[in-house]
Amino acid sequence: MTNGWSWIRIATILVYLFLFAPVAVVILLAFNANQFGSFPIEGFSLRWFNSLLHNDAIVRAFKTSLLLGALTSAISTTIGTMAAVAMVRYDFPGKKAISSLLIAPILIPEVVLAVALLLFLQFLELPKSFGLLLMGHVVFTLPFVLLVVQARLVSIRRDVEEAAMSLGATPIQTFFEITLPLMLPAVMAGMLFSFTISFDDITGTLFWKPGGVETVPTQIFAMLRNSISPEINALGAVMVIFTVALPLIATAIARHMSAQRMKAKTQN
Amino acid sequence: MGERQNAVEMRNVVKRYGDFTAVKRMDLTVPDNSFVTFLGPSGCGKTTTLRMIAGLTDITEGDLVIRDKRVNELPIHKRNLGLVFQNYALFPHKTIFDNIAFGLKYRKVSKADIAQKVKNALDLVQLPNVGDRYPNQLSGGQQQRIALARAIVIQPDVLLLDEPLSALDANLREEMRVELKRIQRELGVATVFVTHDQSEALAMSDKLVVMNNGVVEQEGAPEEVYNNPVSAFVADFLGHSNIIAGALAGDGGEVTPVELHGGQTLLTTAHQVSRVNNQQQVRAVIRAEKIALSDQDNSSADTVAIPGKVKTVDYLGQMARYFVTAAGRDWQVINPIDYRPFGEGADIFMHIAARNCVLLPGHAD
Repeated sequence: MTNGWSWIRIATILVYLFLFAPVAVVILLAFNANQFGSFPIEGFSLRWFNSLLHNDAIVRAFKTSLLLGALTSAISTTIGTMAAVAMVRYDFPGKKAISSLLIAPILIPEVVLAVALLLFLQFLELPKSFGLLLMGHVVFTLPFVLLVVQARLVSIRRDVEEAAMSLGATPIQTFFEITLPLMLPAVMAGMLFSFTISFDDITGTLFWKPGGVETVPTQIFAMLRNSISPEINALGAVMVIFTVALPLIATAIARHMSAQRMKAKTQN
Repeated sequence: MGERQNAVEMRNVVKRYGDFTAVKRMDLTVPDNSFVTFLGPSGCGKTTTLRMIAGLTDITEGDLVIRDKRVNELPIHKRNLGLVFQNYALFPHKTIFDNIAFGLKYRKVSKADIAQKVKNALDLVQLPNVGDRYPNQLSGGQQQRIALARAIVIQPDVLLLDEPLSALDANLREEMRVELKRIQRELGVATVFVTHDQSEALAMSDKLVVMNNGVVEQEGAPEEVYNNPVSAFVADFLGHSNIIAGALAGDGGEVTPVELHGGQTLLTTAHQVSRVNNQQQVRAVIRAEKIALSDQDNSSADTVAIPGKVKTVDYLGQMARYFVTAAGRDWQVINPIDYRPFGEGADIFMHIAARNCVLLPGHAD
């Protein structure tokens, strides 16, 4: 048996190596002083990061991505949370159908979704716009928020809300005083999910973005068509740090907050 | 003031879920200051009734009146009720102080008054020093006291308790039972208590409402309901009863014989005969603990002795439960143990006094 386990251990390590080695290579090469990305690295340099900062197209793309991600997560989280409350707490006709409709974007290939939304827009004779791009991102980040918040809400006992209402809180006050604080971790997680998914997305974005607007992924894609510039390695490194650091920071903040509360508790 | 009012009145209240009728034509009053208990097996409609009073469940038909005001359409947050749940339902993210102060925030009470009222409530439930803690730092019994404090601090018109003791372990449950009753007396708040536990119901209530299948089987003082059940269901649900069909064999004198099907004759009282309107066909209800076992025949003018044999014995500590074969059937008997219980196979006499032979009408219900 021990032999079997050690094989599994080796296989696991290999799989992770296979997954993360390319990412590590990109980050390493980002600090390479040489113009041509090859090993061994010849000297440590931040010149590619510096040239990123002075590349207007990239800076513009970065701003677009941040704005798009922030708006997507704000809208998705709001709608997703409200939908989750409706699904878990209320009964209405067509509930099952609406539920599967909201979850569907996860199951449908993104390309299909992208083309469909584009065709729909053409049918309405509307031009591509930032608004459309935003709408697309909301559509396919919504299921993640919905699923995460729904799972949390199911575990919040209904009688806690009933107790609040019996004490004189209106349903709206009950939501903000009781339900929302109790499901806040899930809402935060949903927000983070939708931001990183939007920030990373390329398939849908390529179809939906209006001419002249680039997000970071589409900008990298465009730059790759010409040549593999070391700038891309630097940009890749920034993206990796950004998408990995954000959830980590969020988790750390959440930990800190709950630790504060625990501290307040144990003082008594 | 002066005149005794009803805190809650239900007039012909019906609750239907589609084709299923959960509560059928309920007429009920909860008098001021009184402690009313809904008792019944699960699914009998007692919780549905409580939730209708609370405003958590719509009423299909009929009128619900709280303090002389029809409240059918009044939403729960405007009803001024205190609600206590089986699982406490404290707000886990708020301190005990904030939990209790919650209802006061919506009642335009000044900060200083809130602090004072919360303190009084904590004193009343005998947990004066837990205001800064969170619910998960308290034991189950303590949490239920806080839930009670939170419900009464708003001075509710009616206090509604939905199986509040069921989640507690046995010893704590009895302690809380006494405590709950003390607090209710002290405040004089009209209280509706839902339970499936007959000892809780008998010990605490001013008025007992026994429900089954969405119907009120019987209501009255606990003693009255216990001693004079009006149906076989009530007789059997409260304690253990032997219910045997028979026929009156007398004119309703002070002591009247009842001939059981199968030959044995029991005695009953004029009061019981009048309860069944002198109907010939009756069912005799004899509570298991009202049959006295003895190894001698001690029959008298108003007590019959039936010879029998002990079939099985359950030892319960202070009590023993016997299954006795006598007069061609099995009887359930619960007797205190005098030194040691009768053994299996012992020949004994069952003594049944006339006043302990309760009659029900003979038709099946």
